Amino acid sequence: MTVRIRVIPCLDVADGRVVKGVNFVDLKDAGDPVEQAQAYDAAGADELCFLDISASHEGRGTLLDIVKRTAEVCFMPLTVGGGVSSVEDARALLLAGADKVAVNSAAVKRPEIMADIADRMGSQCAVASVDARRVSAPGEPGRWEIFTHGGRRETGIDAVEHAVKLAELGAGELLVTSMDGDGTQAGYDLELTRAIADAVSVPVVASGGVGNLQHLVDGVTKGHASAVLAASIFHFGTYTIADAHRALREAGLPARG
Amino acid sequence: MAEAIALIDYGAGNLHSVYNALNAAGAEHVTVTADPRLVRGAKRIVLPGVGAFGACREGLWSIPGMIEALQDSVIERRVPFLGICVGMQLLADRGLEHGTHEGLGWIPGEVHKIERTDPNIRVPHMGWNDVALTAHHDDHDLIEEGEAYFLHSYHFAAQDGADVAAMTDHGGGIVAAVARDNIVGVQFHPEKSQAYGIDLLKRFLEWKP
Repeated sequence: MTVRIRVIPCLDVADGRVVKGVNFVDLKDAGDPVEQAQAYDAAGADELCFLDISASHEGRGTLLDIVKRTAEVCFMPLTVGGGVSSVEDARALLLAGADKVAVNSAAVKRPEIMADIADRMGSQCAVASVDARRVSAPGEPGRWEIFTHGGRRETGIDAVEHAVKLAELGAGELLVTSMDGDGTQAGYDLELTRAIADAVSVPVVASGGVGNLQHLVDGVTKGHASAVLAASIFHFGTYTIADAHRALREAGLPARG
Repeated sequence: MAEAIALIDYGAGNLHSVYNALNAAGAEHVTVTADPRLVRGAKRIVLPGVGAFGACREGLWSIPGMIEALQDSVIERRVPFLGICVGMQLLADRGLEHGTHEGLGWIPGEVHKIERTDPNIRVPHMGWNDVALTAHHDDHDLIEEGEAYFLHSYHFAAQDGADVAAMTDHGGGIVAAVARDNIVGVQFHPEKSQAYGIDLLKRFLEWKP
């Protein structure tokens, strides 16, 4: 076989607490990111993603502690994103135990931050988040632009061009989120995912909008993604990680399990 | 295992994950150190490493006395040694990442960029993949068949097939593990490979090469 399609549950964390997380397992403290991470480690998730959505600086400070405590008990790859604005932020997360750091708005403001991180700590740990919305009218060829602030603020930057630039600067992976799809459970924006995946040589993670297992399969077969990220379908117990792996295998794709 | 284990700290990243994983595997006296004296006194040595070959090489060689201490322990006194990721690649004669950099030269070979043989092959090679034993694995019972987590853009091209203990596949054969006498190097990350990785570290802690 070849490298497996990765199934990545994503936990939103604010002020050190899980905002949207697992509520189906018997956890002592369902708001504790470390306990949730352990549950996913035990369930055989291929990687885990923490996305810090703290509004305050103090809230972000607790993230390092969470990453450190997670790395003490979970022996799986961990990507951490949200509010990373400098090489120093990235380094602190990596030293705390993150394997990869996802950079979002800082790379919109200054794409060269990807080169700064990759040059010092390697491309393998430099993930660029690409948050995009479709701006083309229905029926027109697809065109997407980068949006910041949770999809509320437009930038006028072409999403595919931005993604290619970040990969050329040294990003080792692209986390492509459709802000139109996020939270809708209507499936990934496959056209967006494919447009970016076909334009770069680094792995692409599909994100935003998963509602069922077929969406995960489509992300790979139609979106050309190397990894599929989802939140609600796992957190609410609709499907397990094993279900996701099985669906991928049944579609003829390489998956663990 | 109450033996003293030296986990070499040379500014090459994710040390704590390896430290935590060794502890989870049952190690009791892991010392994260940049002190050549502690390396000389250790019963087992682990060399981690993430990032670029050249940067890692520079970090390791810049510690006064470290290369001599490693040479004395691993080559002269045959102390069990485990290299992980770039720590494995440093075993080669040289690495060709951003220029040419000399390695430890303990296992003949060079470190090259992974070729993108078709559009489906993504670089970095990122994710879980096979650890498939070669015909030579019998000499080194440390590596077992299974799935492990890989994260790298360069790979170890060994000169002598007898040094290759396991292979994986990413657009062609990629060396997953090298082994010679008391030296083992793994391209994948045991500290990130859940039960497979912890089990490998357990075997390393008990390994008598």
